[in-house]
Amino acid sequence: MAIARERRRGIVKRTMEYFVQQLINGVTLGSIYGLIAIGYTMVYGIIGMINFAHGDIFMVGSFIALTVFMIMLALGVTALPLILLIVLIVAMIFTSAWGWTVERIAYRPLRGSFRLAPLITAIGMSIVLQNFVQLTQGARVKPLPPQIQGGITLMQGNTDTGAIVVQLSYMQIIIIATTVVLMAAFSTLIAKTELGRAQRACEQDAKMASLLGVNVDRTISLTFVMGAALAAVAGVMFLLYYGVIDFYIGFVAGVKAFTAAVLGGIGSLPGAMLGGLAIGLIETFWSGYFSVEYKDVAAFSILAITLIFLPSGLLGKPEVEKV
Amino acid sequence: MSPASAKPAAPSPTPADATHRWEVDPVLTVEHLTMRFGGLVAVDDLSFNVGRGDITALIGPNGAGKTTVFNCVTGFYKPTEGRIVMRHGRDGGDEAVRKLTESGEPWARTDAGGIFLLERMPDFRISKEAKVARTFQNIRLFSGMTVLENLLIAQHNVLMAASGFTIGGIFNLPGFRAARQAAIDKAVYWLEHTRLIDQADIPAGGLPYGAQRRLEIARAMCTEPHLLCLDEPAAGLNPRETSELNELLEFIRTEEGTSVLLIEHDMGVVMEISDHVVVLDYGEKISDGSAERVRNDPSVIAAYLGVEDEEVAEAEAEAAAAAARAAKAPAEESGDRP
Amino acid sequence: MSDINQAGSAEEHQAPGALVEWEQRVAGYGGEPPFVEEPEYGSPIVLALKDAAIAAGIAAALFLFFIGFRTDINLGGLELTTRWQAFGISIVAVFVGRLAFRMLFWGSRQKGGRSLATRAIESRKGTPLSEHFARHSGKVGAFALAAAIVYPIVILWAFPLKDKQFIDLGILVLTYIMLGWGLNIVVGLAGLLDLGYVAFYAVGAYSFALFAQYFDVGFWFALPVAGLLAACWGIILGFPVLRLRGDYLAIVTLAFGEIIRIVLLNWYTFTGGPDGISGIPDPTFFGLAFARGDDNLPGLLGLKYDSAYKQAYFFYIILLLAMITNFVTMRLRKLPLGRAWEALREDEIACRSLGINTTNTKLTAFAIGAMFGGFAGSFFATRQGFISPESFTFMESALILAIVVLGGLGSQMGVVIASIVMIGGFELFRDLAEYRMLIFGLLMVIIMVWRPRGLIATRDPSAILKQRQSISADMVAQGEGH
Repeated sequence: MAIARERRRGIVKRTMEYFVQQLINGVTLGSIYGLIAIGYTMVYGIIGMINFAHGDIFMVGSFIALTVFMIMLALGVTALPLILLIVLIVAMIFTSAWGWTVERIAYRPLRGSFRLAPLITAIGMSIVLQNFVQLTQGARVKPLPPQIQGGITLMQGNTDTGAIVVQLSYMQIIIIATTVVLMAAFSTLIAKTELGRAQRACEQDAKMASLLGVNVDRTISLTFVMGAALAAVAGVMFLLYYGVIDFYIGFVAGVKAFTAAVLGGIGSLPGAMLGGLAIGLIETFWSGYFSVEYKDVAAFSILAITLIFLPSGLLGKPEVEKV
Repeated sequence: MSPASAKPAAPSPTPADATHRWEVDPVLTVEHLTMRFGGLVAVDDLSFNVGRGDITALIGPNGAGKTTVFNCVTGFYKPTEGRIVMRHGRDGGDEAVRKLTESGEPWARTDAGGIFLLERMPDFRISKEAKVARTFQNIRLFSGMTVLENLLIAQHNVLMAASGFTIGGIFNLPGFRAARQAAIDKAVYWLEHTRLIDQADIPAGGLPYGAQRRLEIARAMCTEPHLLCLDEPAAGLNPRETSELNELLEFIRTEEGTSVLLIEHDMGVVMEISDHVVVLDYGEKISDGSAERVRNDPSVIAAYLGVEDEEVAEAEAEAAAAAARAAKAPAEESGDRP
Repeated sequence: MSDINQAGSAEEHQAPGALVEWEQRVAGYGGEPPFVEEPEYGSPIVLALKDAAIAAGIAAALFLFFIGFRTDINLGGLELTTRWQAFGISIVAVFVGRLAFRMLFWGSRQKGGRSLATRAIESRKGTPLSEHFARHSGKVGAFALAAAIVYPIVILWAFPLKDKQFIDLGILVLTYIMLGWGLNIVVGLAGLLDLGYVAFYAVGAYSFALFAQYFDVGFWFALPVAGLLAACWGIILGFPVLRLRGDYLAIVTLAFGEIIRIVLLNWYTFTGGPDGISGIPDPTFFGLAFARGDDNLPGLLGLKYDSAYKQAYFFYIILLLAMITNFVTMRLRKLPLGRAWEALREDEIACRSLGINTTNTKLTAFAIGAMFGGFAGSFFATRQGFISPESFTFMESALILAIVVLGGLGSQMGVVIASIVMIGGFELFRDLAEYRMLIFGLLMVIIMVWRPRGLIATRDPSAILKQRQSISADMVAQGEGH
């Protein structure tokens, strides 16, 4: 029985359909990582620190989404698109408040101080957020029954052991579409608006920006707010896609997303997205073709190898050593 | 004289005959050096010599590629093309250099010293083996460490070997103790000559600017270099400090026998102490010769003229002032004393 | 000529270059002119109340979905409950807390409103703790060592009922002190940000456990081997990644730590996977065991068997190992190698210009730091008697790093204090089980904001010509990646 299953899996793995399905799954996962990675990369770009608490902001976002979902159901709202929209908006707003507060409490007092100090407060905030959520919401995993089911069948193939179907679920469509829309919106924001200009100015030289009348504190706060809002979207998507969350999801997702940001070239927005996709695809394909257990090893190894040959990541600006 | 230094005594400061020392006995030969950054050509087919025991100045308008040349010589940049030869002894003739180049080795020891192809060597080996030391345009001291520690770090390789690569040092063996004392003695020697001895135990970052510049030179000298490369040593110094710097460089050249290559914008310094001046503009050499010759070179004047009227006036004024200062310097020195 | 210069340089010393530069730096970061925060007008009490009200409003937004609502798993799926009372209390608490804070620190805020600058100046001028320690570091160290030596004896005598618990706590604190000292070499001295230090701890622990399991070797034989293996791993990891800069190095070391853990977790046939390895032998005392029976050490000494004796023995082993770590580190600091580490932290480019092979120097820091991590790991394995990958998570790396940074980078005494405060404090609050991790995290944030440079923020020079002067942390660089 087990051997037969193994054999069937072996055959399935060799089909084109299996490959395409993995590709779709990988892109979906990569979109979620990419959304979180943007938060890391923006914060790194503007103040040059690793915001270790960002993964936990993502976790907070998914918890808020879950609670709002339950409130909607309790209030008797049944129209799914309406629920989704409200969940998304509320989660973005309230998660942003968390992102803002973390910056205000743990990072702003240390601005201009030594670079390891905010790293430690970031780790401290990460511990605080995890344990706060554990304390107030309990340590057990929270399952949410699948809300959006069905999908589009893209391909259908037959092997001698049975049929194999490639499906692009509606959930996946929503995730990928949302990511694309948000990416476009944020790129425009950074490129075209006053805020984006202030942000880029602070990235280059915060002191000079301040001398030229840019409110650096506010710009940095807004960067954290934007990062948190995107993490909240990722949190909502994660909740809907996987259907289970707990207080610890932030750490794993955060480390992966940070890896993605570094892989793409930290400080670069398209890089974060590309890195997210790369990590998502590596993980999915490694699990699909080799072993689920070592998927993280694969992702981390590829990161290390990439950095050895491309020390600034895929899209990062190569650093010229100033002598 | 520094206790551990075993370099040949300096040749007489001025050559007896008309031939220039940089032509007959170069310590450093830069040949067809080209450095490109992407599409930008920072240094273009540059060749010049640095004479043994000379003070050689590399001048030119901003962005002429002077610091790039320095970074190529000291190994911080790998040149796109060209050869940079460092000779420790006089016998490193063209034949020996050619042989070394063909052998593919980065350096060869000879009876009189050695020949080093700097473009083949990583930066730290250039300091360690080829004995080229440098300072930086924006001072790079170990600012959280004391003045004395800064000078001890410069003797890292000697001390490291004496400490038996740390094993002997952990047990504080006598050999290491002696080497440590010698290192401190040498540091004290240089502290005395840079007038920093009273500040030996304060952090380098706490020194005033001029003292930081002196300390950086002292630190470079602690590596016992054959060639000392100074990147704008007089930048930001007041006139008194500048004249002190001149004395220090004079001392390094005559007493230590170390050749000096310096980048400088202060024409007063350049004209007063240089035996040999090389002028760069847009990465190319436009003039090369004694200070006197270069000052009167029309192409040099044009290069400074070509930049901006203000700068020319500035350069001219500076040159004039420098000449006046150079003429007056001894008198001033005695007259200033209260 | 010379007396003029003397006078001149004495004057210049009134305002050292670095001080001016530092002030400019501080002025640069506060968002100061031309952009200036609008000053607050009005009576202090009204302002404080307004401020507290804003804080309470934010707290309401933050806590609404966490304290106000709670989701729980029930028979029919998730169930939503509300806790308005707790929600209300939490908001009131924030309001009162903020008001009290504002009242307490009103004076310092009034002085100029630039909280960062004032705080930095205060920390620079008023570093009594640091100064005190710097001046008496020798005496404090000797006293601490003496206290550590008598600790188990005092505990055995004074708390016969809780002796095991207290000695255990001592062992735990010492383990973290040793790990902190090991990491201090890498982060504090060489300035390389290592977020995967726990990997070497794991290598050490598993080396001993696997040696004991497969070859039946004892602790004292396995200890040096485990240290060497960890050092080798340090070199293997370090070689490709050390040319990466700053945060890239941080993430790769983090990744490496995770890789080691995942491999240990999944290589079931070799490491036992999540089940871990149990039955790791105890260390012997020159061949004698701390066990029941007349042939064993307590029996031979004519003592009644008490498992606390074994604990005390463990305590002395880790004390010895930690002191070796400390001794070697202190010696290395005064040797060219250690000085080169610090120089590397200060300015890598200048190091290269002085002929220092920076790659090798970094590798030695990595390897020696890793080696001490390996020793500590071996000890951990023998003390627990059981290890599993769960003990080697990223959290552990973060905790060790926090100890090093909170204590003050490069400061040996700082690590001791931070370990006692963090680990000791953490264990003392065992009764607050659920809250203690939360408090622990908050404590990390508060200490860091209070003293960004750590508790002991002065550097002790490694060589002195005439007079020892400790160096204020503001001068000291934190190396790349910081």
